[in-house]
Amino acid sequence: MTESLKLSVDRRDGLAVIHTEGYINNQGGEEIARVAYELIDQGFKTLLLNLAGTKIVNSIGISILIEIIEKMLEIDGKLAFCNLTNTIEKTFHIMGLAQYAGIYADEGVAVAELAGG
Amino acid sequence: MQEVTLELPMFADMELTASKTARALGEQIRMSPDKIDEIRQAVIEACINAFEHSRAQDEKVRVVFKILGTHREPDGLQITVQDRGIGFAPGMLTPPDLKKKFGTGKRKRGWGLMIIKGLMDEVDIQSDEEGTRIVMRKMR
Repeated sequence: MTESLKLSVDRRDGLAVIHTEGYINNQGGEEIARVAYELIDQGFKTLLLNLAGTKIVNSIGISILIEIIEKMLEIDGKLAFCNLTNTIEKTFHIMGLAQYAGIYADEGVAVAELAGG
Repeated sequence: MQEVTLELPMFADMELTASKTARALGEQIRMSPDKIDEIRQAVIEACINAFEHSRAQDEKVRVVFKILGTHREPDGLQITVQDRGIGFAPGMLTPPDLKKKFGTGKRKRGWGLMIIKGLMDEVDIQSDEEGTRIVMRKMR
């Protein structure tokens, strides 16, 4: 019994938005990483993870997101998040993730900020 | 005091069963949605810690939910997550530091207890060679 995570990608100028739907556990984190690394290979250096459809995560899944952040730091890119639940945002702050990845209220604000930066 | 006990096999995503029970009880005592979410997150972390690290021979995790206070005036929730694994020394664990995890080539794991302590009001961890017991509380 594993809950599968659904992903969709919206490619824009220099920015790719990954929309998630479902639980980000080990398998979910690996799936996000697979898609993120494909986008990096395609030349995207700014990735936005829109977690509007994700209400639950676990720390194993988040640890894989940290590996994506590490990769983005290596290539001088950016990973950002938007539409987090209050608890997921609090969890990211507890872990210190917010120091290395932008957190935005919604996709519009995130895209405007990331496209401008 | 009202109590619900679950005995979860260590299968993938069984932590979600505990999370759903936490939500039902949190709603029952009219906790705020954010507090319920925080409890659910902490319960998930405690369960997956046991799944991943306990090496319990019986491959089970026991989760006991207790409504604190009275039926008419509930004060909060207490959740105990217990395994019969090999235990660990809580005092010997160094809190993870994200900065130090970058550039190591290793997996970025080890956050569970930090998250639990950050989200719950009270956390007590007892562990020895007969297993681990994490008791956590969140007040309304």
